[in-house]
Amino acid sequence: MSFPWAEQYTPKHPLMQWVDEKLPVPRLVYNAVGAGYPVPRNLNYFWNFGVLAGLALMIQIVTGIIMAMHYGANDLVAFSTVEHTMRDVNAGWLMRYAHANGASFFFIVVYLHIFRGLYFGSYKAPREMVWLLGLVIFLLMMATAFMGYVLPWGQMSYWGAKVITGLFGAIPVVGEPIQTWLLGGFAPGNASLNRFFSLHFLLPFVIAGVIILHIWALHIPGSSNPTGVEVKGPQDTVPFHPYYTAKDGFGAGIFLIAFSILLFFAPNFLGHPDNYIEANPLSTPAHIVPEWYFWPFYAILRAFTVDFFFIPAKLLGVLAMFASILLLFFLPWLDTSPVRSGRYRPTFRKFWWILLADVAVLGYCGGAPAAEPFVMISQVAAAYYFAHFLIILPLISRFEKPLPLPGSITEAVLAKYGKTDGETVAVPAE
Amino acid sequence: MVRIGAFLVGLFFSGWLLVSFLLGAVAYVTDPPAATVEHEFHLTPKHVSFSFDGPLGKYDQAQLQRGFQVFKEVCSACHSLKFVAFRDLAALGYSEAEVKAIAKQWAIKAPSVDPATGEAATRDPVPADHFPKPFANNVAAAAANNNAIPPDLSLMTKARHHGSAYIYSLLTGFQAQPAELLKEFPDAKTPEGLHYNPYFPNLNLAMAPPLTAEGQVTYGDGTKPTVDQMSQDVSAFLTWTAEPKLENRRRAGLATIIFLLIATGLAYMSYQNIWADKKKAAA
Repeated sequence: MSFPWAEQYTPKHPLMQWVDEKLPVPRLVYNAVGAGYPVPRNLNYFWNFGVLAGLALMIQIVTGIIMAMHYGANDLVAFSTVEHTMRDVNAGWLMRYAHANGASFFFIVVYLHIFRGLYFGSYKAPREMVWLLGLVIFLLMMATAFMGYVLPWGQMSYWGAKVITGLFGAIPVVGEPIQTWLLGGFAPGNASLNRFFSLHFLLPFVIAGVIILHIWALHIPGSSNPTGVEVKGPQDTVPFHPYYTAKDGFGAGIFLIAFSILLFFAPNFLGHPDNYIEANPLSTPAHIVPEWYFWPFYAILRAFTVDFFFIPAKLLGVLAMFASILLLFFLPWLDTSPVRSGRYRPTFRKFWWILLADVAVLGYCGGAPAAEPFVMISQVAAAYYFAHFLIILPLISRFEKPLPLPGSITEAVLAKYGKTDGETVAVPAE
Repeated sequence: MVRIGAFLVGLFFSGWLLVSFLLGAVAYVTDPPAATVEHEFHLTPKHVSFSFDGPLGKYDQAQLQRGFQVFKEVCSACHSLKFVAFRDLAALGYSEAEVKAIAKQWAIKAPSVDPATGEAATRDPVPADHFPKPFANNVAAAAANNNAIPPDLSLMTKARHHGSAYIYSLLTGFQAQPAELLKEFPDAKTPEGLHYNPYFPNLNLAMAPPLTAEGQVTYGDGTKPTVDQMSQDVSAFLTWTAEPKLENRRRAGLATIIFLLIATGLAYMSYQNIWADKKKAAA
């Protein structure tokens, strides 16, 4: 699909005409991320993060494949093969630090991408499927990241695996058999390490596949934009190439600079020192914490300290942690306001900022030791998190009076540059 | 339906979290958590400066050689360095012949097999060998060290927060238990066989002070071997063993960032150039 005014692929070179007849892959690319895809002309920098997430995935796949060439997925040698990569493999230190920090940057850009979607109502009709597939990617990323963190077989790898698979142990009756089945034993061991490696290698390609679906679903209605007003005509759009390829090129440069600063000058800043200690089943670390990108969910997990009658607190925590992500799948039907963009929703906008602060607080508490006052703070923050999505958002969409929307994207762009509304009518299509 | 269900789920989770919060807050107020001796007496590492501090700092080869000497003459009696090979010492400025000699004369021999009988034997290490372990296994290590296994030191400075300063602080931090500690926590007396050190997480560690007197090693370059100097040198050496590629990394990083700044500047200009007609039309 595309808008009727989308540019058409017309190969001039006979070779390209020949290819186009036999297998129109260049045409597919042209229509997907080339000049054949008309995009709203008013996207701001927050629309860069989808492409940056794709770039982060590619960095992960390339560095990961090279690291796999030097890695031994066996609990006796895993830790030392990683050290071998760091010390004796040509540029091995670069591959490993790029992979470890690349995971963090993947999550940074994806979180920005998600919060952009939350602010500008990108999850709303007709783009619900884009949002749902994005959440599937997010879940796959979390699984991949978790299993990847186990592979170096350090102390946090081992105890993280034990804690996270232990979550399944909280399920009544079948919990413990499930945990044993997942680990391939009663505790993390060689069987767990091997299957985690196998799945960690597989899942990024599954993610790549779902990304194709995500982009496909996006191209049915076309990209959203900061006003939330749908495209009305050719004057509202520009071709993706060269306009947004150029902008994404600049965005990628900024991304790579930030990435390089961490990668080359503070590569262990986001890691935990305990993971440089080889896994030891007999010695439990003082504080078991996951990687920073799981901290908000870890805080929700630990916030439940009181049994609810016959439901143990641990099971409540596990249910709440899964619910905190699953509820996002219902978001398009919880927020019923017909106005998409937070720009024109004064009440919604305030609560969006509270949510952002709330998730930051949850993240901080998730990284802190499970002691007071962090548990109490995370209880209040987690209560807000659920209330925000399940109670406050539906109420806001019901009672909020949105601000007047611009008549079209072009009108909003012209208003930004100080032209009056009257003139917009006369603006010809570009 | 979706919204009613969501409302009930939200009410349940948020409500129960607030109940848990209230119960926790009441418990916190009526029965505040007791102060622990670790909380009150554990110290964060001392401030110490090294040549490799800062984003572009480099190792000081002379200091690494001195630190290696401290490791060789003091630490290596109990601690292994299993991820480091003798050949790696070339990075400290030793020639090939010197590395060969260091390996050959190493006090601990490399495990080997007697070619005639197939029985376990030992041989002189060669540059390709990693540093041989001082104990055959953990049981032997524990038996010889009051039941505590001396940890491998290869990665120690990366395996602790502020690792380089931590090693230095630990080595210079042994002291008598403060009187106020015993007054406040009479049960926290350092047990027999352990040694009080406020930089160690639980305050008492099995290792006896390893660097006790000035002149414990004799430096070839004339540096005065005070306990403080030896501690700094061995911390620097162990920073190198944990991060041998630090200088390559920083050099590559500088070049990468200069390249990226230029490339991003060009990308920005190209972005502005491509959008110029759109912005002009609007403005």
